[in-house]
Amino acid sequence: MNLNILVLAKQVPDTRNVGKDAMTPEGTVNRSALPAIFNPEDLNALEQALQLKDRYPLSTVNVLTMGPFRAAEIVREALYRGADGGIVLSDRAFAGSDTLATSYALSSAIRKMGNIDIIFCGRQAIDGDTAQVGPQVAEKLGWKQITYAETIDQIDSEKIVIKRRIDKGVEHVSTSLPVLITVNGSAAECRPRNAKRVMKYKYARIPNELQNSNEDYISLYNSRDFLQIGEWCVRDIDCDLNELGLSGSPTKVKKVENVVFQAKESKTLSSSDSDIESLMIELIRQHTIG
Amino acid sequence: MNNLFVYCELEDGIIADVSLELLTKGRSLANQLQCKLEAIAIGHQLDTIADQALPYGVDTLYLADDRRLAPYTTIPHAHILEQLFRETQPQIALMGATSIGRDLGPRVSSALHSGLTADCTSLEIGTHEDKKAGKVYDQLLYQIRPAFGGNIVATIINPECRPQMATVREGVMKKEIYDANWKGEVIHLKTSDYVKDEDFVVEILERHVEQSRINLKSAPILVSGGYGVGSKENFKLLFDLANVLGGEVGASRAAVDAGFCDHARQVGQTGVTVRPKLYIACGISGQIQHIAGMQESAIIIAINNDPNAPINNIADYVITGEVETIIPKMIQYYKKNTK
Ligand SMILES: Cc1cc2nc3c(=O)[nH]c(=O)nc-3n(C[C@H](O)[C@H](O)[C@H](O)COP(=O)(O)OP(=O)(O)OC[C@H]3O[C@@H](n4cnc5c(N)ncnc54)[C@H](O)[C@@H]3O)c2cc1C
Ligand SMILES: Nc1ncnc2c1ncn2[C@@H]1O[C@H](COP(=O)(O)O)[C@@H](O)[C@H]1O
Repeated sequence: MNLNILVLAKQVPDTRNVGKDAMTPEGTVNRSALPAIFNPEDLNALEQALQLKDRYPLSTVNVLTMGPFRAAEIVREALYRGADGGIVLSDRAFAGSDTLATSYALSSAIRKMGNIDIIFCGRQAIDGDTAQVGPQVAEKLGWKQITYAETIDQIDSEKIVIKRRIDKGVEHVSTSLPVLITVNGSAAECRPRNAKRVMKYKYARIPNELQNSNEDYISLYNSRDFLQIGEWCVRDIDCDLNELGLSGSPTKVKKVENVVFQAKESKTLSSSDSDIESLMIELIRQHTIG
Repeated sequence: MNNLFVYCELEDGIIADVSLELLTKGRSLANQLQCKLEAIAIGHQLDTIADQALPYGVDTLYLADDRRLAPYTTIPHAHILEQLFRETQPQIALMGATSIGRDLGPRVSSALHSGLTADCTSLEIGTHEDKKAGKVYDQLLYQIRPAFGGNIVATIINPECRPQMATVREGVMKKEIYDANWKGEVIHLKTSDYVKDEDFVVEILERHVEQSRINLKSAPILVSGGYGVGSKENFKLLFDLANVLGGEVGASRAAVDAGFCDHARQVGQTGVTVRPKLYIACGISGQIQHIAGMQESAIIIAINNDPNAPINNIADYVITGEVETIIPKMIQYYKKNTK
């Protein structure tokens, strides 16, 4: 059996590492102060795809990521770990997309690719924690979805059996292909980079990254297919511009407020009822708990 | 028409608490908007659902009863909601931010092209002025949620698309019976009008309750105990606190070595490195090997009977006192101020 597998992966600011300089004095997010990383659960998704390829070596694993040109880093990282190729979907028209507009753009690109058997997504992206894009893509494609997958117990041309982790336990479900699967963080961790693959793909680029490259590199690039990462813009996918970006996004951000963390000037409290109660109220107000 | 809708999630024929909490919130929002509160339950053997739901002030309860609709699978439930929402045109639709609500909500929002906001911590009604378009929107749903790893709080609105959809986690809203004698209308949907045989494409082979493996790294809240907790019995207090806050329990090496707690829970240089939103260090002195694994936590609370414990230097809140008395109070006052 050879499967045509696609992984949807997103480059995200590392919100787990939010330091004190991550917020501007105006209360907006200082994205440049945060490292951009491979969304953690998308690595779990990639691993599931690579495990299927281990089982069925004639399968192909491609990565699709929508974001700025630097999101090509995501495709390179996936190549280092075992993916066969990838596409960066990048266009100004996508800026300001909410999850619905994102899923529209991604599903348009997926339709253009065609012939996919399984799509793996992460459960959610840590910049928004919404967990919406996967199911929204599945709906737009008219596909089935299995969310919170932890392992694939069985797969053949007839059916796929998946263990999924739900609120109160686990569920084993069976369905047929094609299917979109969102992978939970409790699934197997992604394998590390493979040194040989890092050598091979170190210079893989999207066309937009070539601007300052020298001629030697360009001729190397042109002669080696595997260095060419796909780059698509709006014109490359068949889609309605009104459904993209801000205009295609039903949700709008009306207001953002910084949750102010005091510097490490600690507050000292006693174990009295009133001290403990006011602490709990403060933590609830800050949305730290509750 | 243009009412407020709540999707009632069922577990073994009982409406989930999160749905009852949303009915309570939905009733008060509906009063404010002067519209009706509608609800739907989808499953099998729904004879007792009306008695469970109506006292929360439901004006119209839709029931879709079919053996194949329980337990939950995505597409049949999604198709029923999509079509019912097309017919009834609700202005707002709410569901629990559970493994069901977060599987179903995006699917329905995608089909109806309506905005969905996940994990709201507060829902309010308010106005919005779009200066560029010169438009004023009255009575929008403000969907308030923490964003960006919890460091900012955002207010999201859906000015144009309906329904305005939101999910809310269990325990965020308060559950309260509105009127024990409330009379609402019950409408039995003819399920064959809403779902087709082909929609039943996912088969549930087996379901069971299974504890998830301990995953300290992804827990947003960690209650960690040290040698000062004193005993395995006292560690139960930490589990209680972690449970109500939705967190996990961690430990120092001294606590692990003393047998108070499993090694998998050790935080620090030779344990796990964690960066939760909130780290509560209980009876931990704060040696460098421990600090190395948790100092990047966003907020640190130190509970220690020694006012000069080193952990206090990196804590945002220092509570000086005994673990045994402080933790029960934290649980008590958390509950009091959220419910
Ligand atoms: C190579 C190496 C690696 C190590 N790796 C780790 C590691 O990964 N993780 C780790 O944690 N440690 C590690 N350690 C051990 C570390 O040095 C400390 O020994 C350990 O962290 C101490 O644990 P503790 O704070 O729980 O205990 P203690 O230092 O004994 O502190 C107990 C604290 O509890 C307070 N207390 C007592 N009774 C109460 C009460 N009733 N109420 C409130 N407070 C009370 C006391 O005032 C005291 O501050 C390592 C050590 C070495 C040498
Ligand atoms: N811009 C994107 N490019 C590729 N995949 C994405 C993108 N945004 C979201 N996804 C996928 O959808 C999942 C859920 O994202 P979210 O709904 O933002 O939490 C992620 O884990 C990714 O697999």
